[in-house]
Amino acid sequence: MKAFFLALLKSRAGLFGFLLVSVFVLAAALAPYLGLPVPTRSNLLARMVAPTWTGLFSPGAHPFGTDELGRDILSRIVHGSRITLAIAAAAVILGGIVGTLLGIVAGYYRGMVDRVLMRIVDIQLALPLMLLALLVVAALGPSTRNLVIVLALTSWLRYARIIRGQVLALREREFILSAHAIGAGTWRIMLKHLLPNVMTPALVIATLELARIIIMDAALSFLGLGVQPPNPSWGRMLADGRVYISTAWWIVTFPGIAILLTVLSVNLLGDWLRDHFDPKLRTMR
Amino acid sequence: MTRYLVGKLAESLLAIWGVVTIVFFVSRVLGDPAVLLLPVGAGQQDLDALRASLGLDRPILEQYLISVLAMVRGDFGISFQHQRPAMDVVLERMPVTATLAGTALVFGTLIGAVAGAIAALKRGTISEFIVMVAALLGQATPVFWLGIMLILVFSVDLGWFPTGGSGTVAHLVLPGLTLSVFVSASIARLLRSSLLDIMREDYVRTARAKGLLPRTVFFWHIARNALIPVITMIGIIAGELLGGSVVIETVFAWPGVGRIIMQAIQAQDFPVIQAGVALVAAIFIVVNLLVDLLYGVLDPRIRRR
Repeated sequence: MKAFFLALLKSRAGLFGFLLVSVFVLAAALAPYLGLPVPTRSNLLARMVAPTWTGLFSPGAHPFGTDELGRDILSRIVHGSRITLAIAAAAVILGGIVGTLLGIVAGYYRGMVDRVLMRIVDIQLALPLMLLALLVVAALGPSTRNLVIVLALTSWLRYARIIRGQVLALREREFILSAHAIGAGTWRIMLKHLLPNVMTPALVIATLELARIIIMDAALSFLGLGVQPPNPSWGRMLADGRVYISTAWWIVTFPGIAILLTVLSVNLLGDWLRDHFDPKLRTMR
Repeated sequence: MTRYLVGKLAESLLAIWGVVTIVFFVSRVLGDPAVLLLPVGAGQQDLDALRASLGLDRPILEQYLISVLAMVRGDFGISFQHQRPAMDVVLERMPVTATLAGTALVFGTLIGAVAGAIAALKRGTISEFIVMVAALLGQATPVFWLGIMLILVFSVDLGWFPTGGSGTVAHLVLPGLTLSVFVSASIARLLRSSLLDIMREDYVRTARAKGLLPRTVFFWHIARNALIPVITMIGIIAGELLGGSVVIETVFAWPGVGRIIMQAIQAQDFPVIQAGVALVAAIFIVVNLLVDLLYGVLDPRIRRR
C-alpha cells in the first residue's frame, strides 16, 4: 500500500486524477451537509439568474446561476453527482463481476463453453452500444435499476475478453497444475487460484470503464432514458437547459464541465493504474 | 487465406443472425404497436383486426420464423408508421449518416494521426505535452455537450453556422467538428502509445544499426506495425459512426439512421427497428471484415495464415 502511494506521488497525472476523484467522491458523499440550497426546490422569482461570484457565502448566492425553474445549479450538480456516481459504480461492479467470472470460466474450460461465450461477445460487439442501451431501456422502462442493468450489459464483455486471454495463459502455469495435482476442485481453482491473479487487470479495466459509463449514463439521461425528474442528473440538466441556450448559457455549461472533469480525473487515474500494473493492456482494448 | 475468409464470413452471418434474434425478442417486449396505431377509443374488434393484418396474433415463435425467413430474402416488412418497406425507410437516411460519419472519420483520423505521430516522435517536448493534454480533454468531453457548446459559440453568439438540420456544407461543419474531436483524441492517444511500443522493439534497433535512413525505418519498420491497433480502432469507430450516433443526431437535428431507429423504438415500429439494427450490424461486420483484410496487407505473417 505504501509503495503504491509512493509511486502515485511520483506521477503528476496519476496524482492529479486521484486527488480530483477523491474531491468529487467526498463532495458527493457530503452533499447534504455542505449547506447548499435544496436541489429540487424551485423559486420562480429567481429564474435563470446568471452566475454571481460576489458574496459567495451569502445565503442567496448562486455561483453557477439558476435554471429555468430557479433551482440552484451548483447544488443540482453536487447532488446529481451522488446519483451519477452511485449508478456508475453499481454498473461497474455488476458488469465487472459478471464479466470477470465469465472470462475465467471461458478461459478455464475452453472448448464449447469458450466458443459459445465468445460468439455471444461477437454478436454483442456488432450492435452499437448506444443502440443496445436504447432498446433495452425502452423494453424495460426507464428507472434507476434498469439503467444500472443496461450500463452493466454494455460493459461485461470488455472484462470477459481480456480476462479470458489472461486465464488461457495462467491455466498452464505450475501453480495451477500443482493445484490440480493435489486434487483441488474446479471451483476452488477458479475462485482461489485464478481469480486473485486476474484482479489487477479487472481493476484497471473497471477504472477505465467507470469513465466510459459516466459518459454513457449522461447520454442516456440526456435522451430522457436515465434518472427520472425531479432528481437532478447531469445528462438531464443538459437536455433541459439546451432549450434556453440563447438566453442562459450557464444552464448547459456547468453540468457539462462537471462531467468532463469527472471523466478526465477517472481516466487519468485509470491510465496511471494501467501503466503501473499492466502496461500490456494498453493496446488490448 | 480463402479458408480464413470463408470462416470469417460464416462467423459474420452467425453474428448478424444473433443480432436479429436479440432485437426481435427485445422489441416484442416493447409493447403492442396496434394500441399505438389506432386512435384512442378504438374497439376491441378493430384492435384484433389490425393485429391479425400485421401478423401479431400468431404465436411468437411462428412470427420469429416468418420474419427471419423474410429477412433472408431481404424483406423486412412494412413500417407501421410510414406504410412503406421498412428497409427503404432506413436506407433513405443512410446517405445523410454516411456523409457525417465520413467527414468525421477523414478529418478525425488525419488530425489524430498527425498529432499522435508528433507526440511519439517529439517525446518529452512541449509538443507532446500539448497533444496529450488536448487528447485527454477530447476523450473526457461528452460529445453531445461539446456539440451544444459549439452551437452556443458558433451559432448563437457568432451566427456563423446553423444550429441544426442538414442539406448544405454549413450544416455539416459543427456536427462534423464535434465527432472529429472525439475520433482524433482516441486515435492520437492510441497511435502514440503504439508507436512508442514499436520503437523499443529489437528489429527497429537492428534496422537503425544497419544504417537505414531514419525515414525508411520510420515508415517501413515502425509506422506499418504501429498502425495495426490504430486500424482496428478506426474500424470500430467507423462501424459505430455509420450506425448513426444517436445523441449527436439529436443535438444537431441531423436526420440520420440513428434518429430514425430511435424514433422507431419510441413508436414501437418493429419492422423499422429490425431493419435498422440489422443494417447497422451488417455495416459494422463488413467494416471489420475489411479491417481484417487490411491486416494481411500490413503484416505478412497474417497473410500466410
